[in-house]
Amino acid sequence: MALESAVIEDKLTGAFGDNVSGFVQIKDILSFEVQADNANAILQYLKEDALLRFNFLTDVCGVHYPDNEKERQFAVVYHMHNWMDNVRIRVKAYLNGDTPEIDTATNLFLGANWQERETYDFYGIIFKGHPQLKRILNMDEMESFPMRKEFPMEDGGRTDKDDRFFGRSTDNALNF
Amino acid sequence: MSNSSDIKLVDAPEGVEGQGFFATKLDSVVGLARANSLWPLPFATSCCGIEFMATMASHYDVARFGSERMSFSPRQADMLLVMGTIAKKMAPILRQVYEQMSEPRWVIAVGACASSGGIFDTYSVLQGIDKVIPVDVYVPGCPPRPEQILDGVMKLQEIVKSESVRRRSSPEYQELLASYNIT
Repeated sequence: MALESAVIEDKLTGAFGDNVSGFVQIKDILSFEVQADNANAILQYLKEDALLRFNFLTDVCGVHYPDNEKERQFAVVYHMHNWMDNVRIRVKAYLNGDTPEIDTATNLFLGANWQERETYDFYGIIFKGHPQLKRILNMDEMESFPMRKEFPMEDGGRTDKDDRFFGRSTDNALNF
Repeated sequence: MSNSSDIKLVDAPEGVEGQGFFATKLDSVVGLARANSLWPLPFATSCCGIEFMATMASHYDVARFGSERMSFSPRQADMLLVMGTIAKKMAPILRQVYEQMSEPRWVIAVGACASSGGIFDTYSVLQGIDKVIPVDVYVPGCPPRPEQILDGVMKLQEIVKSESVRRRSSPEYQELLASYNIT
């Protein structure tokens, strides 16, 4: 007896009401949106409920939506996996663009430690309560969060890279 | 079994020869010795490092050039080969390795990444190691074949042969190091 998406949806709506919304089946993964304030409680429920049993946190990552309204500029995406029924789920929490903050999931999954550090490193999303929130891949001296969509694709002031040597002359741009 | 006639000897430098003596410049003798015993320190981070492993192996045999002993420590090496992408986070480590080598020391940047950042024109990658340490020879290629690496080593041998023994204490050289903030 596999775990049906409808069952997951009913249980979550029953337990959290308006704090969970936007249930949609993308390919074979049920995805939904949560209020950031309740994200930790919802992850705990998904992990510890006797029927849901999402025991494994596959990934935590960030998304930047620069065109969204201020309150929904960033998203933190949690992928979880139920090993017993082999069911996966995607949880999205949208965050404010000026103060992207969300509670850490390290109290539930130790693996969230480095995943949240990586998300902080590239998006500048603050995970409140994280035991050691510092950069993990980039240099510590770096001031920017490179995966935010606020940088030009290329630095226009460069003099050491000549477009002609990279197949990017204007002629090439017109002959796709 | 190789015949003794197969053994290639290095040509003697220019000099005056006579009965029982041979006179030449100290520079030439020292250059000859240095050039034919360049001890490499492979700083290999990526695919170019794999090519260098082929260069070290029996088929290409970099030992033929007097580079038999790889030093994986900066202490007894005089030829630093930087092979592969150097991220900005790696730059201080590379600099430290260079600073720990004693004079005379030479640097070969092997491949596009070490020479210029290569295809990784991005915020996290150092756009050429000559931003942090002085470089003597650049080997083009992505990755270069072992022949090209050997060619780079031979180019460096030419440089070493003709280097004056006083070059390292010259004001120009001090100025070069000072421009990299290396004392």
